[in-house]
Amino acid sequence: MQRQVALIKQSLFDQGYLDEQFIELEELQDDANPNFVEEVATLYFKDSARLISNIEQALERGSFDFNRLDNYMHQFKGSSTSIGASKVKTECTMFREYCRVGNAEGFLTIPYLRRVQMFEDFQATEERARNVEKEA
Amino acid sequence: MAEVMRSETLNISNNTSSLASPELLHVLAVDDSIVDRKFIERLLRVSSCKVTVVDSATRALQYLGLDGDNNSVGFEDLKINLIMTDYSMPGMTGYELLKKIKESSAFREIPVVIMSSENILPRIDRCLEEGAEDFLLKPVKLADVKRLRDSLLKAEERVFKNIMHKRELEANDIFSQLKRAKI
Repeated sequence: MQRQVALIKQSLFDQGYLDEQFIELEELQDDANPNFVEEVATLYFKDSARLISNIEQALERGSFDFNRLDNYMHQFKGSSTSIGASKVKTECTMFREYCRVGNAEGFLTIPYLRRVQMFEDFQATEERARNVEKEA
Repeated sequence: MAEVMRSETLNISNNTSSLASPELLHVLAVDDSIVDRKFIERLLRVSSCKVTVVDSATRALQYLGLDGDNNSVGFEDLKINLIMTDYSMPGMTGYELLKKIKESSAFREIPVVIMSSENILPRIDRCLEEGAEDFLLKPVKLADVKRLRDSLLKAEERVFKNIMHKRELEANDIFSQLKRAKI
C-alpha cells in the first residue's frame, strides 16, 4: 500500500498538481510532530470548501461582484500556494484574470473543484496507508 | 580585607536582556489565513522560537495593549522580539499595523517583517520606508526564518555583551570604593 501511495504522489508531482512547497511541508514534519502535513491539509480542505462555497453563492446570485470574487480567489490562491497545490494556484490566477476583465463565463469553465478533490483523495489514500501500517 | 568583601552584598544594576528566555526569541505572527498561520507557526517552532499567532491586526494590537482600551500598564513584562505580519488582511492591513507599531513608544524598536504573496515593488518600498525590517515573499521558507532568527540573536548577543561589560565596570567600581573605604 505504501508503494501505491508513493506512486500516486509521484504522479501528482509529475502532472503538476503538487510542487516543491509540498516537499517543504513534509520536511517540517518529524517524529515529534508526525501529523503536521495531514493537519495542514485538513485545514486547507476546510478552508477551500468554505471559499468555494462562498464563490458559488456569489456566482449563483447572478450579479457578479468581481471585487468580492477576486478577494475569495486571492485567499484561495494564497492557501493553495502555501500547501503546494500547484494547479489550483494556477487556476486561481486564471480566475482572477477573468475577474479583472469582467469575464463572467470564463470562470464557469475552471475545474478547480476537481483539482481540490483530487488532492483530497490523495490525502485520504495516504491516511489509509498509514492506518494499514499501524495495524501491521 | 577578604572578610569585609565576603560580608558585603554587591548591588549591581539589574538590566536583563530582552529575550523572552535565555535562548528563545518570542515571535508574534499575524495572518488571516488559517493555513498560513499553521505553516508559519511550524516554521517558527522548528527554528526554536516561542510563537504567539493571531488572526488579525486588531488582535495583534490587543495582544500588545495598543488597542486604546488598555494603557501599557501590565504590558511591560510582554517580551516580543519580532513581529511577522501578512500584508493583505481584511480590516487593518499589515502595513497599517506596521505604522501603528512604529508610532508606539513601547514597541517601535521591535523589528516588524511583512509577508506577502504578491511581489509588488512599490508595496515593498512603502513597507521598508515605514520601517519594516524585511519583506518576505510567500510561501515563506525555513531558510528565511532561520536567517531572521540568527540576525536577531546576534543583535541580542551584542546587547547582552554590553550589559555584561557594564556590570563588570560597575563591579570594579564598587570593589575600588570598598578598597578605599577599608583603610
